Amino acid sequence: MTRYRIAVHIVPRKGILDPQGEAVASALHSLGFGSVRDVRVGRHLIIDTDASEPTAAERNVRDMCAKLLANPVTEDYEIAGVTPA
Amino acid sequence: MRFGIVTFPGSNCDDDTYQAVSDVLGADAVRLWHKDHDLQGADVVVLPGGFSYGDYLRAGAIARFSPIMREVVEHARRGAPVLGICNGFQILCEAHLLPGALLRNANLMFASEWVTLRVDNVDTLFTNQYRPGQLLRMPIAHGDGRFTIDPDGLARLEDGGQIVLRYVDREGGARPESNPNGALDNIAGLVNENGNVLGLMPHPERAVEAVLGSTDGLGVFESLLARVAA
Repeated sequence: MTRYRIAVHIVPRKGILDPQGEAVASALHSLGFGSVRDVRVGRHLIIDTDASEPTAAERNVRDMCAKLLANPVTEDYEIAGVTPA
Repeated sequence: MRFGIVTFPGSNCDDDTYQAVSDVLGADAVRLWHKDHDLQGADVVVLPGGFSYGDYLRAGAIARFSPIMREVVEHARRGAPVLGICNGFQILCEAHLLPGALLRNANLMFASEWVTLRVDNVDTLFTNQYRPGQLLRMPIAHGDGRFTIDPDGLARLEDGGQIVLRYVDREGGARPESNPNGALDNIAGLVNENGNVLGLMPHPERAVEAVLGSTDGLGVFESLLARVAA
């Protein structure tokens, strides 16, 4: 078994009102970042887990996302990276 | 007929709920501990308000995996009544006993205020003591009460009469101004398809005595008492 570090992005699904994202976008516009078109505020998780190979570690984390880490009704997730921990 | 009130770590309306059903309603009530696997003969399970597990990850997401939830889910699947108030509503959505999800209030502010509700379905285990369209005064106190569901899901809720309570103005109109959290279609409370699980964001247990400012919440518990056999 090898230890892997997996980064996960969880963000509000497109089409679902994200008032935090809107507030941040508005603040960025006020600061002069007028080119900003959209901001979504979500969560970034870093998970260390033991697995036989990187694909198994990733599969395991996808299962965690489906069962707990992301809400399937309102959120999307993506595995942002798998590296040896 | 016995009410069972579950305490999770971070529940803070369990005492109020116990008092409402036990002292005010005069019903048999028992406290249930989240780590137990025993509903102690409760006919109605109540998941009370609060901030179970600190609302970590998402409100209700971790409480859903508390040991007692296995029995609560079985209880609900058998068709027995489950009532989720505020955080309890969030837990029921996370546990997929109710459809949809509850998101951060649209204005990002914690909403602690009195609201007016309209009863849009009185043919349920939880609302049979109210009149159709009756207006109720109850308090709300939550940061994550914006109910959302996909358009097909909303249509199913409407067709099935599952939307039981809506936030309205004093005249009974469901308008954006009377919506305290941005909930889709002003939804404040809904039942599952079978009608035995109710989740609502307002606090009926805080509106059971005149000294509290309203007795309009009592009808929820009286309805259960009237319908659920001993």
